[in-house]
Amino acid sequence: MLAQVAATSPQPQLEARAVHLWRGEKHLLRGVSFALYSGELLQVVGPNGVGKTSLLRCVAGLLPTESGEIVWQGRQLPEGRDEFHRELAYLAHVNGLKSDLTALENLHFGVSIRRPVTTEELRETLQVLHVEACADLPVRALSAGQKRRVALARIMLTRAALWILDEPITNLDKAGIALFEARIAEHMRAGGMILTAAHQLLLQGQPGVRTLELR
Amino acid sequence: MQSSIPTTPGLGKILMLVLARDLRLAVRHWDQVLQPLIFFVIVTTLFPLAISPALDELRKISPGVVWVAAMLSSLLALESLFRPDVEDGTMEQWVLSGQPLSLLLLAKTLTHWLLTGLPLVLMAPIVGTALGMPQSVWPVLVATLALGTGSLSVLGAIGAALTVSVRRGSVLLALLVLPLEMPVLIFGARAVDLAMHGEPVAGPLNLLAALLLFFVSLGPFAMAAAMRISVES
Amino acid sequence: MWLWFHKLSSPPYAYRTAGLMRPWLFWPAILLMVIGAVGGLVLAPEDYQQKDAFRIIYVHVPSASLSLMIYTIMAVAAGVGIIWRIKLAHAVAAACAPIGAWFTVATLVTGSIYGKPMWGTWWEWDPRLTSELILLFLYLGYMALRASFDDTQRADRASAILAIVGVVNVPIVKYSVVWWNSLHQGPSISKLAAPSIEGSMLWPLLIMMLAFILYFGAVLCDRLRGEILRRERNASWLSESLASS
Repeated sequence: MLAQVAATSPQPQLEARAVHLWRGEKHLLRGVSFALYSGELLQVVGPNGVGKTSLLRCVAGLLPTESGEIVWQGRQLPEGRDEFHRELAYLAHVNGLKSDLTALENLHFGVSIRRPVTTEELRETLQVLHVEACADLPVRALSAGQKRRVALARIMLTRAALWILDEPITNLDKAGIALFEARIAEHMRAGGMILTAAHQLLLQGQPGVRTLELR
Repeated sequence: MQSSIPTTPGLGKILMLVLARDLRLAVRHWDQVLQPLIFFVIVTTLFPLAISPALDELRKISPGVVWVAAMLSSLLALESLFRPDVEDGTMEQWVLSGQPLSLLLLAKTLTHWLLTGLPLVLMAPIVGTALGMPQSVWPVLVATLALGTGSLSVLGAIGAALTVSVRRGSVLLALLVLPLEMPVLIFGARAVDLAMHGEPVAGPLNLLAALLLFFVSLGPFAMAAAMRISVES
Repeated sequence: MWLWFHKLSSPPYAYRTAGLMRPWLFWPAILLMVIGAVGGLVLAPEDYQQKDAFRIIYVHVPSASLSLMIYTIMAVAAGVGIIWRIKLAHAVAAACAPIGAWFTVATLVTGSIYGKPMWGTWWEWDPRLTSELILLFLYLGYMALRASFDDTQRADRASAILAIVGVVNVPIVKYSVVWWNSLHQGPSISKLAAPSIEGSMLWPLLIMMLAFILYFGAVLCDRLRGEILRRERNASWLSESLASS
């Protein structure tokens, strides 16, 4: 049912219009614009320090823009910010996991403040990402790649329409990247949208996959 | 995509979730939870050493000593209120959860008070007795501290949210928060003093309760606004 | 009205306006200060109880009123800045803080100079002095918070929240200090206030009050210009106006 929405939706779901951002003395983003439609993956590329992370944080509403508009489903933020955030899953450089809690406890809290969830569902998702063995271990005991997988499990579990992921495949091995690409493709087929900052492009050449180069 | 918009949990549920999470974290790090309490006891021990072992002299200043020690200990405890969550990125997720941030932060502050404020309230009569405080003022002491440390927690949480992204922000935090907390100290300590002289204390107790209500109802909005600025960096 | 407001809030316009207004505030302030000083120090009769010592109220009372007034102005400016996202309002708040802090210091210093002959000590825990001291702490906290952020925008918004929380607290501080003090000596004649003084003592006080307000306006214009220059150091209008001058 969601694929239909993707095929027929003529309106961009998410739009950035001429976003400018200063960080201290530096004019980081100079009029960045893009549109994101249902079922698309947009990968922001560019050298280090060009403002990929800042752009993602602006779009997510963590950073106020100097000028320009971020429009979600026709409403210009910050109007309707809470509704927007309920359909947004954001993953930063840091994983956002408490190292003293187990993977399962982390996921339980992270998902439950957004929607009701069962432990079985959490375990299933961990299984999909091949980290089911880590479920009951405190996160501090996991490897960097395993932590990243647990963090990605949270993104999948939130059932958000829009994923904003900052370098999502950091620390993932080849198998992990392949697994994750499959989940992204599935999310896109369901009409979801993904905005990433990336050094390494995912799903290259597939339909609906675009890049935005920052200079 | 509309069908997959998650139904959001109620406010009571969120409160319980935050409480459960932070209590669980505290149990795994109970040593850190105890530190402000130990600090409280140590500070009150300094006064007999610095002034005099004579209980008659200590009794006169005991309300002030207990209250100042409680204030400093609550200040010390603030360091652990938001900093760990901001550093490991979980606070960012709270900001982006689509739930009212003011409520999440209030729930967090409440849990923090249960872990650091409440033990102090319960410990206060013992400390007070060691300073020569008569047993008859225990109820007033506990009541003023219970009401007062709540206000201190909320005011402190605003300061902590403002300074959490500042490196070495703990001295700054004290500078911001202590002046704001002075009225609470005045009403709290003077009420205990009045009780020791057998005078009525309903007035200052009511004022403390009013302050607590006032801070709890408006403080969370300031906390949330401050936190949104702090997670920008 | 709204258009005017918008125009005023543009930095180049505000910069020029503040420059134009400054002499019109500064010179009348000096003139009034001279008149007030003559009136207060020479013409006014000496107090039958306090002798000449009371004459310090001509500096003390206006400083005290201004220290509180400036804090309120600062908080209102900060609130305007954070609600309507007007950068100039933040600049006004930033410019207010040090001026207000200095007036608070002046109040404390004149209060303790007055205290020496009157009470025999340099410091008395008088309710007004105590709340001025707490006000000074509030100013210092505000300035310290502002200084601890590298990014001006974040400094603006974080300190705005503190200013608003602070201004809400000021009446509570005032009330609690008065209550605290009344426990000890009962309501006495407020020592540093000017209760029902006669006309020949009062008019110089009012003149001084006005002089101090104008003086504050002049200093604010100066500091605001400095603040705008610092914030707009990369802006094109500034290099253009520097090139043309």
